[in-house]
Amino acid sequence: MAEEAAVGCARPTGGPVGEDVTEVEASPKIIKEERTMVMVGQKAPDFVAPGYQQGKFINIKLSDYLGKWVVLCFYPGDFTFV
Amino acid sequence: MGVEVLSMSIDSMFVHKMWDDDELAKMVAGGVPFPMLSDAGGKVGKVYGVFDETAGVEARGRFIIDPDGVIQGFEVLTPPVGRNVNESIRQIQAFQLVRETKGAEATPSGWRPGKKTLKPGIELVGKVWQEWKTDMAFD
Repeated sequence: MAEEAAVGCARPTGGPVGEDVTEVEASPKIIKEERTMVMVGQKAPDFVAPGYQQGKFINIKLSDYLGKWVVLCFYPGDFTFV
Repeated sequence: MGVEVLSMSIDSMFVHKMWDDDELAKMVAGGVPFPMLSDAGGKVGKVYGVFDETAGVEARGRFIIDPDGVIQGFEVLTPPVGRNVNESIRQIQAFQLVRETKGAEATPSGWRPGKKTLKPGIELVGKVWQEWKTDMAFD
């Protein structure tokens, strides 16, 4: 039975349920995760991203905006309320 | 002000188009003018520290990037609280003034265009109380 979901401001997502899948490791591996946190006064990490603007699908590279002031805004998802 | 706006979420560019066509165009005539970027998987959001792995979405992060590509300021909010656009504009105006004066002027707390700036230097040491009053922190 599907139950009705409460709607919040973040986009709900699913994920795997049940027993944890444990991977059999053939050889010990070192997982090194480095979280490179951005800082004020440091370069904004460059990226390329596809997008939509005024009736056209486009590709944007942040470094193409060098020489201009840029405001980059992230948000939880389209059709969210706030 | 000469500022380029870029928005980004984990939605595809196709969903961006539908949202712009179906809803945003009802708020802004002709739809939003700026590029709506797609960050499927949150790869860019991770680098900027705004991707929530559990929820699978990006927080309300706002980054002010200067013409040299340097981040001058950022703000990150959880989803239920919206931004204050006026405050973002005020901060950009302040950063632009500092850049134009090559750092000769600084904007104290509560500064907005027209209000007094400070001129950092040896003469100002211990003298800020003469130049800046606490009521200037407020509008």
